[in-house]
Amino acid sequence: MKTDDLVRIISTNVEAVSYREPQRMILISAGLGAVTALVAMLLFLGVRTDLSELRAWQFIMVKSAFTGAIIGISLANLTRIARPGGERRVSIALGLLPFVGALIVAIASLSITPLSEWKAMIIGQYWLLCLLCIPLNAIVPFAAIIWVMRKLAPTNLMLAGAMAGRTAGSISAFAYSLHCTDDSFPFIALWYSLTIALCAVLGGLVGQRLLRW
Amino acid sequence: MDTIEGELKGLMQASLGGDEAAYRNVLGRLSRYLRGYYRARLAAQSAPDIEDLVQETLLAIHVRRHTYDPAQPFTPWVYAIARYKLIDYLRRTRGPVKSLPIDDAKEIAARDDHLASESTFDLNQLLGQLSPKVRDAIRYVKLDGLSVAEAAARGGMSESAVKVNVHRGMKTLSALIAKGRRP
Repeated sequence: MKTDDLVRIISTNVEAVSYREPQRMILISAGLGAVTALVAMLLFLGVRTDLSELRAWQFIMVKSAFTGAIIGISLANLTRIARPGGERRVSIALGLLPFVGALIVAIASLSITPLSEWKAMIIGQYWLLCLLCIPLNAIVPFAAIIWVMRKLAPTNLMLAGAMAGRTAGSISAFAYSLHCTDDSFPFIALWYSLTIALCAVLGGLVGQRLLRW
Repeated sequence: MDTIEGELKGLMQASLGGDEAAYRNVLGRLSRYLRGYYRARLAAQSAPDIEDLVQETLLAIHVRRHTYDPAQPFTPWVYAIARYKLIDYLRRTRGPVKSLPIDDAKEIAARDDHLASESTFDLNQLLGQLSPKVRDAIRYVKLDGLSVAEAAARGGMSESAVKVNVHRGMKTLSALIAKGRRP
């Protein structure tokens, strides 16, 4: 086939397209993923039962702010990475900001606590549940995001997969936070960050294979 | 470089709005730049693959053109796609690739090469792999140049079915070409 012929075929009756399409697709997939993650959390775990206490609400707010910030930054980065060359416009410092912020708050909170209580604050009660549930419940949001990323054009597949994993992990962490009764800053800084990072690493590894175009 | 960027970007913005002449113009120019880029990057024994790569890249640009954000410069977008397809090709044919900088966008319009040869792709053979409805839609709208309404009348499809089938067909052609080149 001659290239001039191909150019003629491609350009004939070309349809108009919207450059806003990638954002729209990513937001829809993340939204659907969030709904399924919330439903799964409600079905299998349920919302924490101590909602009559102020402290429970305070920590729901803290966990939502932390996971919400990660979701927001991840979605913004994802819409950049989804476009060719967009990996140049991703700020690593901004991406790490919520984790560094959580770490600082965690250290501050430990510094005003007697050493004997540190272990209970850091390890918490249900760390294993957190470690298992967040990655597992991230699978559906991850699949939804990968499905739309395949229709877009990331040129750094490992980064695109990792960011998809991070987004899905933070969505799943948000859902889990409504169940989670481990109310301490060090617990959040350690286990939430760790599980979201785990989702990002796994996402980067499978993303390379799933996102080729 | 800046004048090339300005011209190409203007043409691409018009193309995203559905301007056929602008699109033909920009794709024609990109095919020459892509050819120059791939020829400069690949050794002589890869010469037969150059036109294949140019065409694979043009189709990728087409089916993923909604990922061009007009708020951003255009040549780095094209360069990122050309570089991605080059790395993909090099990995397939010779294993790990030494780094190609992502910021080297000026490379894409550095050479204008109009010495086209034919690619190894056979259009009829490719069309034969599409489903009949999709093939008809592509044939009427993209090859015969019929309007969507005319194609709908001739093919006994609704106008939206024609549009969907053309869209799907171009994506499948792009995927067939990209996949066919993988081991």
